Amino acid sequence: MRKIQIVRGTIGVAGAVAVAELASRSGLVDPAALPAASTVLQRAAELTVDGEFLADVTDTLKAWLGGLALATLIALAAGLALGSTPWLGRASRIVVEFMRPIPSVALIPLAIVTFSSATQSKMALVCYAATWPILINTLYALRDVDPLAKETLRSFGFGPAAVLLRVNLPSIAPFVATGVRISASVGLVVVISTELVAGGEGIGSYLTETQSGGGRPDLMLAGAVWAGVLGLLINAVLVAAERRAFRWHTVRTGASA
Amino acid sequence: MLEIENLTHAYGSGPLIVGGIDLRVEAGELVSIVGPSGCGKSTLLRCIAGLQRPSGGLVTKDGKVVEQVPDDLAVVFQDYSRSLFPWLSVRDNVALPLRRRGLKRAARHEAADQALESVGLAEAGSKYPWQLSGGMQQRASIARALAYRPTLLIMDEPFGSVDAQTREDLEDLLLSVRGNGGMTILLVTHDIDESVYVGDRVVVLTKSPTRVRADLRVGLPAKRDQITTRGLPEFVHLRAEVGRLVRGIGTPVQSAS
Ligand SMILES: Nc1ncnc2c1ncn2[C@@H]1O[C@H](COP(=O)(O)OP(=O)(O)OP(=O)(O)O)[C@@H](O)[C@H]1O
Ligand SMILES: [Mg+2]
Repeated sequence: MRKIQIVRGTIGVAGAVAVAELASRSGLVDPAALPAASTVLQRAAELTVDGEFLADVTDTLKAWLGGLALATLIALAAGLALGSTPWLGRASRIVVEFMRPIPSVALIPLAIVTFSSATQSKMALVCYAATWPILINTLYALRDVDPLAKETLRSFGFGPAAVLLRVNLPSIAPFVATGVRISASVGLVVVISTELVAGGEGIGSYLTETQSGGGRPDLMLAGAVWAGVLGLLINAVLVAAERRAFRWHTVRTGASA
Repeated sequence: MLEIENLTHAYGSGPLIVGGIDLRVEAGELVSIVGPSGCGKSTLLRCIAGLQRPSGGLVTKDGKVVEQVPDDLAVVFQDYSRSLFPWLSVRDNVALPLRRRGLKRAARHEAADQALESVGLAEAGSKYPWQLSGGMQQRASIARALAYRPTLLIMDEPFGSVDAQTREDLEDLLLSVRGNGGMTILLVTHDIDESVYVGDRVVVLTKSPTRVRADLRVGLPAKRDQITTRGLPEFVHLRAEVGRLVRGIGTPVQSAS
């Protein structure tokens, strides 16, 4: 099953690269605007030893990780507080559903004027965007914790704190992890978008710089390739971590592929 | 040990389920409770365990009114598979309540392994509940309750999913526990033979809103075994009597009160 997926994926990527290569070489598109795929891949390989680019990647990842970690803490704390008080939870769900669709990219100008440093703005925006998926998953998962599991612990004389720690948290953990994974992808989009607009350091800024003044489309696309690869890697690592940590959940729900 | 006075219960504004139960249980007694399906047996047990605040009436354990879950209580829930925690191994499931006893990790695991062995699950400790058959899960939840060594053990149809041979073994295990532990046991069962075989008394409930229809003392010797006891005239007579009462025919008797 997994092997077939990998083979299919590889064929798909190879096919896309071949089409892009052909489009450029045949003169279908202007090679100055869209360099041959082979050239882009070669530049991408060269970027792995380009100190400046690596510093940009580090910067992007730092802002991303900081914002994501902060969002996880905030969403989990808020989710537990809202989920443990039924009326507060009901009231807050409406607010959450209303706030969530606000695209965080629309808040970039606000973040720029609010925070003095570019890193802070990026982190704040990632944090804002990443909070919602985690918060919503936490709220819904808390609502669905099996009452009999809680009752079992209570029947042995455990108090509310123990129920929270030993039943609620383990029950919601897989759903929170899924929220974190969704937020991780969203956060990467947000951090790079912010860099595109606000400048400073980071992959987004690298893309703007290589694009400006005639520019180097080969380098720009090589940078974009790495942004894509980062997204894929992050997702793959998180999926693997979830599978490992929550085997009891995937097996029971039959969600294991 | 346990005194129940005019206990009534209705869920929310729904119909009356428990219609007024009076019951006295002495320390060390094993009281079998039988009644028609859906008459409110589980509801009655939840009220006695302090998991559900009854609509009316009073439950007193050791002279104290039960308002929350009392100390030294263990419940084997009817829905055993939901009452085991899927994120914990079977051993950890059994060991978890022992935290309330202030036992160290090694001592908890030793007690858990002992209890698992007593229900014939010596090999299953490191497995997860969802890797076990229904009957094995049921035995694991019985082991968890036994390992806790409660003074009051409440069991809600605990042998429903096990095969006939294991069922007899578990009935004998229960008899031996009662013999040397001083444990008071309430056992809900739909098996009339079983209610007589393990019980000191058999309490027959009416259909909902349930009341005590009959309270029969089991005049069998304390030492029982599957072959001889089931052949005794007293056994044959009692099971016929209980059978008639459960079906709603025959005269209610109050031989025990
Ligand atoms: N949490 C609940 N909320 C509302 N109604 C409930 C609840 N639990 C049980 N009931 C209702 O109470 C009645 C008695 O249920 P209960 O489970 O106590 O009966 P029972 O005798 O244990 O049944 P069974 O023989 O199937 O185990 C049923 O009609 C059931 O629908
Ligand atoms: Mg029941």
